[in-house]
Amino acid sequence: MAEHYKPVKYKAWEMTLEERFQEYHPPLSEREAVLEANRCLYCHDAPCMVACPTHIDIPTFIRKIATENPKGSARTILEANLLGATCSRVCPVEELCEGACVMKHDHKPIMIGRLQRYAMDYAQDKNIKFFHQGKPNGYKVAVIGSGPAGLSCAGELAKLGFDVTCFEKNKMAGGLDTYGIVVFREPVEVSLREVKMVEELGVKMKTGVTVGKDITFKEIVDKYDAVFVSVGLGSVPPMNIPGENFEGVVDGLEFIAATKTEKLDTIKFGKRIAVIGAGNTGIDCATIARRLGSERVTIVYRRSEAEMPAYHFEYLFALGEGVSFMFLTQPVEVVGSNGKVEGLKCMRMDLGEPDQSGRRVAVPNPGSEFVIPCDMVITAIGQKKQSEVMNALGELGVKATHNGYISVDPETCRSDNPKIFAGGDCIRSKGEASTVAAVQDGKIAAAAIHMQLVGVPSPNKKHIEPVLSPVV
Amino acid sequence: MANLEIDFCGIKSPNPFWLASAPPANSAYQVQKAFEQGWGGAVWKTIGAPVLNVCNRYGTIDYKGQKVIGLNNVELISDRPIELNLREIAETKKNFPNHAVIVSVMVESKKEAWQEIVKRVEETGADGFELNFGCPHGMSERGMGSAMGQVPEYTCMVTEWVMEVATKPVIVKLTPNITDIVVPARAAVKGGASALSLINTINSIMGVDLDSFEIKPNVGGKGGHGGYAGHAVKPIALHLLSAVASDSEVQRARLPISGIGGVETWRDAVEFMLLGSTSVQVCTAVMKWGFRIVEDMIDGMSNWMDDKGFKTCDEFIGKSLPRISSFGDFDLGFQTVARINPDKCIHCNLCYIACNDAAHQCIDMKTMRVNGDMAATLQPVVREEDCVGCDLCSKVCPVDDCITMVPIDTGRPHITWNELTKKRPEVLEWDKMEEYRKEANIHIH
Repeated sequence: MAEHYKPVKYKAWEMTLEERFQEYHPPLSEREAVLEANRCLYCHDAPCMVACPTHIDIPTFIRKIATENPKGSARTILEANLLGATCSRVCPVEELCEGACVMKHDHKPIMIGRLQRYAMDYAQDKNIKFFHQGKPNGYKVAVIGSGPAGLSCAGELAKLGFDVTCFEKNKMAGGLDTYGIVVFREPVEVSLREVKMVEELGVKMKTGVTVGKDITFKEIVDKYDAVFVSVGLGSVPPMNIPGENFEGVVDGLEFIAATKTEKLDTIKFGKRIAVIGAGNTGIDCATIARRLGSERVTIVYRRSEAEMPAYHFEYLFALGEGVSFMFLTQPVEVVGSNGKVEGLKCMRMDLGEPDQSGRRVAVPNPGSEFVIPCDMVITAIGQKKQSEVMNALGELGVKATHNGYISVDPETCRSDNPKIFAGGDCIRSKGEASTVAAVQDGKIAAAAIHMQLVGVPSPNKKHIEPVLSPVV
Repeated sequence: MANLEIDFCGIKSPNPFWLASAPPANSAYQVQKAFEQGWGGAVWKTIGAPVLNVCNRYGTIDYKGQKVIGLNNVELISDRPIELNLREIAETKKNFPNHAVIVSVMVESKKEAWQEIVKRVEETGADGFELNFGCPHGMSERGMGSAMGQVPEYTCMVTEWVMEVATKPVIVKLTPNITDIVVPARAAVKGGASALSLINTINSIMGVDLDSFEIKPNVGGKGGHGGYAGHAVKPIALHLLSAVASDSEVQRARLPISGIGGVETWRDAVEFMLLGSTSVQVCTAVMKWGFRIVEDMIDGMSNWMDDKGFKTCDEFIGKSLPRISSFGDFDLGFQTVARINPDKCIHCNLCYIACNDAAHQCIDMKTMRVNGDMAATLQPVVREEDCVGCDLCSKVCPVDDCITMVPIDTGRPHITWNELTKKRPEVLEWDKMEEYRKEANIHIH
């Protein structure tokens, strides 16, 4: 209630370790939320709603906060997006809803993300259950991977009356929401509460089961009426440069996962760290390292600011956290002695002509090599495709895209094997991979599975596309 | 989910939310669209005498960034041909048999004219009538609308004419532009009305343009009074509603009331219903945001009813009405004082200046340490022995729950003004009043 009356510590170095890993944005107080909600114009056919990949009826949920109906607000959100609590924290709102807000033209956009979190927190604090398991329809569906796409699909199917079993290779469900989002963006409990909500809808969660090892894809496809594959992507690929096996070279995703699952004071970090890759994962690793106590953290990226894949607000956040950036810098070798990292040898680059993606190519500048002294190198250069999964699915008739993702029909998320559907990062062959896009994949697949097996459109179909007024 | 259905003198409605007789209820397209989105009923925009409209028709009060806090209009009753209206009313009722379709009517003050329109409307299958005795502009100058509602004898007479021929319930809509609204309410009861609705719009001029000197709204360089509506009028509507709903003659006749005036959200609707409305009618909020607001009205009211344990609307309609009283019956012994929570205080000192300049000078600025801070700050502190409990400081305080009004017992006798002046009529003289105050431990500085 009265959080904003407490003295606020703005400077990370004045906080304790635990405080530095609290959620970066404090929750809105009721007063703040209602005032902000009343600023919303309640647009008709609102641009924010169109911009949201799950098409949450944003003006309505905000109006309900304004009329002091937070319970109704939470229902409006969850009807379109079961993972509303996670999305309210991790969505790149500047790029989506808030970026589309009409108020941005001569004012600040409405804080849609934080208002959504206010409604979600309300529902979670009060432990309100909005949905129930549907009347059993006799069909069994397997969901492989319990990340946001899997949870969304499983939850929507359970609401419709399907008997859903979800297979998860990790100890905890939730995928990247549980293991991959920095804890000061989303505490692990938020993701686990969403897992629990889906389980309470009747979804059987089998954790610690790796499909392809503990059970084959074929067995699952034979046993279930439909299968939704949401296995995400794999670990960070090797850089193929000398020295990358030195002690102190760390997979960025594992580094993030440690802060989600281990005690903060037991996590190993270097005093001087080089992070390779300027995507959002690289930023996460760098900012975590700073908050853990690293003295010097440098993000090394072979192209320039303009080409970096991280969201602009993440870039600004990292700068504010004291992370430095070395652009047009290509790592060529991890140097060290006694098997331990001592530095990262890099080469200066220059910008050349644009490549196929439109980004200008980085061209090496021979003879410009130099060494960044460091005792830890974190790699964050993307994620591997899961080739074993692709091979196993390939044998079942599932085709891959030219760049190795699962190929699906975007309208239904159905693969070339009509029993197998897929969603999430494992199908995101183009465009931005995100939690919210994965949630929408799950919804689309659930509606398509319902249509395919039950033969009538899903009653939740209306949440697949934004409900806009007909153009007259 | 709670059951929101209501029975309004025999008119069934899936929920208490009705469109008021106004521009949003002008056509079959609009009313049917509203029903599809959840509205329980609609009072069709008044049909009757032929009219011609003007431009511009609206003026608004915008307050510090919020638009349309209040809305004024000089639009007249329906300007669509009467045949077309009747045809669309019939079509709407046929398509939505379970929704409340009520037709507002207004014709010149002739018995034949009123009875004819009533008969024609009955043929549409509509559920009831609302007699527009409240329109304050345009029609009133022609002897209709509020010109009728402001003369209780006319109200009674026309109601009687209508009741002679009507087989469906008849609601009399009252104007607030009158000294005592209970008088025309009683006239409607006397005329045999089945129900009452209130309030119609309030006479108003919205403003003057400082550059052009034109009146708002501006009709070709001129302006005049129009009807004021919207959230700004809600307190006035609640007062007039409570006055009518708690009137003994209205209560004896057991007439249901449809509350109108500034209903924007489910919270407003609940307040009207707690003060005796069975249904509420909405116009301005729809004019600002469209029919879609009803989804939150239904959802919010239903959630509130679930929280409070109400299964049906009947369980709370009129629940706060017994608390409506008057000054003479208030407890003079009920005392409160303001307490300021220094942990929550943000030191804006608005309470201090309000008390010092506009109330009773009983807040002091004291140098003290709060919140464990080593540095002393100037902190507003209430001198409780001098606090009269007026509540102004807590009203201007920007922080929730920082200033609370705490009931205290000062030993004052629990007596009302009416009781006191009956028991000791001499207190009406200042010297005796002073004696009584001394006795009752009432100190006013």
